Parts: sequence; structure tokens; C-alpha cells
Amino acid sequence: MLPIEQFPVLVVAISLLSALTILLAGAINKKSCFFISLATITFQFILSLFILRHVLTVGTIHYWLGGWRPPWGIEYVVDVLNAYVLIIVLFLSLLAAIYSKRSVEHEIGARKLPTFYTLFQILVTGIVGVVVTGDMFNLYVFLEIASLAGYALIAAAGGRALRASYNYLILGALGICFYLLAIAFLYSVTGTLNMADLRVLLPDLYANKAVQTAFVFAFIGLGIKCAFFPLHTWQPDAYTYAPSAISVIISTAMAKASIYALIRVIFSVFTVDFITLFAPIFKIICWMAAIAMIFGSIVAIAQFDLKRMLAYSSIANIGYIMLGVGLSTSTTLGLTPALMHILNHALMKGCLFMAACAFIYKADLWDIRGFVGLGRKMPYTCFAFLLAALSMIGLPPSVGFVTKLYLILAALEAGEYLFVAVIFFSTLLMIVYFWHIVELMYIRVEEGGEKEIRVAEAPMSMFIPGLVLAVLCFIVGIIWLIGTPLPLMDAINSGFGLGVVP
Amino acid sequence: MIEWIVQHIFEKYNYWISIVLMLIGFYAMIAKENLLKKLIGLSIFQTAIFLFYVSLSDVGTGWGLRFGTAPIVWEHGIHEGYMYVNPLPHVLMLTGIVVAAATLAVALALVIRLYEEYGTIEEEEIMEKEMEIERGT
Repeated sequence: MLPIEQFPVLVVAISLLSALTILLAGAINKKSCFFISLATITFQFILSLFILRHVLTVGTIHYWLGGWRPPWGIEYVVDVLNAYVLIIVLFLSLLAAIYSKRSVEHEIGARKLPTFYTLFQILVTGIVGVVVTGDMFNLYVFLEIASLAGYALIAAAGGRALRASYNYLILGALGICFYLLAIAFLYSVTGTLNMADLRVLLPDLYANKAVQTAFVFAFIGLGIKCAFFPLHTWQPDAYTYAPSAISVIISTAMAKASIYALIRVIFSVFTVDFITLFAPIFKIICWMAAIAMIFGSIVAIAQFDLKRMLAYSSIANIGYIMLGVGLSTSTTLGLTPALMHILNHALMKGCLFMAACAFIYKADLWDIRGFVGLGRKMPYTCFAFLLAALSMIGLPPSVGFVTKLYLILAALEAGEYLFVAVIFFSTLLMIVYFWHIVELMYIRVEEGGEKEIRVAEAPMSMFIPGLVLAVLCFIVGIIWLIGTPLPLMDAINSGFGLGVVP
Repeated sequence: MIEWIVQHIFEKYNYWISIVLMLIGFYAMIAKENLLKKLIGLSIFQTAIFLFYVSLSDVGTGWGLRFGTAPIVWEHGIHEGYMYVNPLPHVLMLTGIVVAAATLAVALALVIRLYEEYGTIEEEEIMEKEMEIERGT
């Protein structure tokens, strides 16, 4: 009999321990760092599968650190939403770790391997910690652990990455300070930091100005962390100049963990009742998301740097998720489209970034104008890119199609026909910029033929994770369409009091 | 009117100071071009939040008449009229200070690397040099 109740803390503790082990082992043998990191993340991923099974069959896991009862001690809570996000972030961290093997030696140098993997493991620790914790202040600490490791890892690429990392640091620290201030306001009126306890104590204080201020600060603070439209300015540079493996993990696992934190604070701590009565912010979220979807796509069209284009495309996709959040109260689908897109976007963007970085790794190709004939030179990587791009555009039965279908259903049910038009328009823009690349890679032939670039396929450890994600884009899409995980989404919605239209 | 001022401004002066400090820090982070000055702003901002937390735990009138003391449980229990300061915000801020110090350390390391790379810590000049490098290649 496995002590599954202890797994939430194990998943964090093992990771932190491993980070220190890597630093020590790295002094003896630099090659071992990668394998320790990979083994740890694989182990964490297996633990997260057990956690999900336990949560689905038995119920929410509560773990009290040091045996202190919740309102006083720190509590780790894993319910269906946590378990779902935990699996997503660990799966993508695992693929990013496999992917990092070759790219890190190439980009950062073998000398710095131990430091890199130590920071990488600390980043994973922070991301996992954000997902499993049930305590507001603990969330702050883990968010800061993940961010600090992230700043250092982005800067590891050197050159332009330094200023990108610095800007991210200033804005990220500001966002986290806002969140800390929000905790101060909540603590001053309730005297507790536990999320479940806050949920019980807050309803009597909803009219209190301090609670309303806290909501605004928490929303803006976490909004900066997940690069929601007007607060996204740090994001394109950071994604563009970061080392390959870090681009992958930051654009998927880290971004998803931040969005999870935002959803958790909005729906679990403040609840839907508070927002509908005192902070009618969902309408504004919908509009901002719509602007993000169009703005991100239009700016992406204008980019020649593939990674930067994908970064702007991420801004548009965060818009999709936030549109799902904004529409959640006015449809019976609730948060389902938003939660779907958390998984879907992680799969698609992970694959696209892996392909984009493989091009840079093999041929130093970051400018899409140089992609002529690439589809014939790097067939597997380009095929993965093609599948993910088609999925992004929304080819049925891919994950991108499922998200768009559910978002359109949600918008129609809410009677917001304008947002349906926005979804169609942004899809059109996505076709423009992805088709341009696909055309260059597969169709166009340079006159003379000699000017075509000569490169070989990327190494196995780099294209396999990308292909896995690309194939998953379609498999997961079919699973969504069959509807197997929908009861899981309904469980999350009913936990938040969503899914029933008043 | 005077009572209102006394009640909201003089008795709660610590909150006002923390708000003023917060705004000074915020201004420096947004408006200053020098990378180090931005960090000083960040530091002031964080310190202002620590002050805010510590102010939350304070009890008593704040005029030096009755102050809260350390929360100590004596052998015979807590005697009547014993006012003690809530220790939890202080503990939280110990964590907060550690986090702030770590952030500052990473940021300063970045500034050093930027200085090595570009020979300046003025944001405008760094951007100009980046442009030059881009045009050169």
C-alpha cells in the first residue's frame, strides 16, 4: 500500500533534494547531471500519475506539513484541478529535460552543466510547488523560487538574453510584490493564509474595501506573471533569447503554472459570488483577451524571427485561455474551454518551440526567410512543426480545433457573437503566419538549387520529444472529442460553483 | 475634522510612510533609465511592503502610551491587560526578506554581466549598442 497522501510533499521535496545532489555530483562527473535530473523528473511524473488516480478514486489529498493543523500550518491540497495541471507541467518538464541534453552543451557549454541542471531542477521545484500548495504565502514563495531560477536560466544564453532577463526580473518582481501586498490585505482582515480557510472567512467581508483592493492587486500581480495582454511586455524578449530548453519549459510549464495560480486565486479564494457582486471583471477580461488574440496574431505576422513569432503567438493563446475564463460564468461549460486550452496550448507550443530551437541548433536558422527547402533537409523536425502548426490553426481533430470549438460554443451560449467573430478572425491570422512558414519549408524551391541550405536532421533526443508532442496534439484532440475527460472538467467546475447559469 | 486627521493620519503614520515609500520605489522602477537605480527602486518597494506587514501586527495606540510587547506565555498564563504583537507577519517577512535578497542578488549579477557585455548600465545606451551589433552582423 503506497502512502499516496504523502506524495504531494514528496513531489516537491525530491525535486529540491535532487537540485542539491546535481550540484555535488556535477563536481565529480559533469555528464551525470543530466541523468539525475531526468530520473528525478520521471519519478515526479510517475508520482503525479498516482496522485491523479488517487484524487479521482478517493478524493482530494490534504497534507499538513509538520503535522500542524491547517489554519496555522502550511497545507498542501491536491484536488482534481491541481492533479490535472501537475501532470501537464511535469510531462512538459520531462520532455524539456530530454530535449535539453544536446542543446545545452551546444549553447551554454559543458563547463556550466552542473549549474544549469541545478537551476533547471529548482525551476521544476518552483513550478510543482505552485501547483500543489494550498497556502497563499507558500504560493508566493514557490512562485519566486521558480521565477528566480527562470531569470538566471534565461540569462544563461548571454548576449541579448541578458537585457531580456533583466526586464523580466523587474516586471516579475513587481508582479510578485503586488501579489504579496494582496496577501497583506487579506491577512489584515481575516488573519489567515490558508486558501480553504480564506474561502470560508471571506464571504462576510466581501463588501470590505481591503478585500476588493486585495483582489485587484492579486489579479494584476499574477496577470504579469502569466503575460496577460497589457502586461505582456517582458514576454517576447524572454522567450526569444532564452536557451532552447528554457524557451520550451518557460513557455509551457511555467506559463501554465502561473495561469493555474491566477485561476486558483480568482475562483478558489475569491469565488464567483464575489466577482459577480463586487468586481464585475469578467467582461473586461473577455475584452482584453479578445484584444490579445488579435494583437498577438497581427504582431506575429510581422516577425521574421521564428521564436519571436511563437512568443507573440503565445500572447494570443493566453488570450484564448483568458477568454475561456471570462466567459466561464455565463455558460454551462464553465471553465472547461480554458482548462482544455491549458493542456492544448502546452502541447502545441512545446512542439513548435522544440522545432524552432532545433533549426537554430542545426543550422543557426532563426530567420524564417532562410527556411527554403528545409522540409526536405530535416524531415522529422519539420513534420512535427507542420503537425503542431496545423493543430494551432485548428484542423480537426487536433487540440487547436477542440479549443476553438468549445470556445465558440461557450461564446454562442453566452450570446457574445462578437467573440465568435474574433475567434474566427484570429484563426485567419494564424493561417497567414503559419502557412507562410509551411510554404517556405515544403513548397518553395530556390532558383538554381545551390542556395538551399544544407543541414542534416537534428539529433534523436531533440526531434523525438517534438514528434511525441505533435502526435499527442491529435491523439489528445480525439480524446477530448470522445469526451472521456469531460467528467473531470465538470468536477472542477462544480467545485468552483460554475457550470450552472443563474 | 481634527479628530479625523489625528485618527487617520497621525495615528496610522506607519501606513502612510509605507505607502509613500512604495510609490517612490515604484516611480524609480518605472522612470529611471539607469539599471542600478531601477534595482534601488525595487528594493525600496519591497522594503515598503515589509514595513506594511510589520505595521499590521502592531497593537496599541501608537502614541507611546500603550505598546504591545513580545508574545511570551508565562508559567502562570497570560496576565490581564497583557498586549502582545502578532508574531506571524514578522515571520512571513523574514521569508520575504530572504526572497528579496535573493532577487536582488540575481539582479545585481545580471547588471554585472550586462556591464561586461556593453560597458554601460544606462538602458538607452545598451539598446543603442544592441542595435549596432544587429546591424553589424
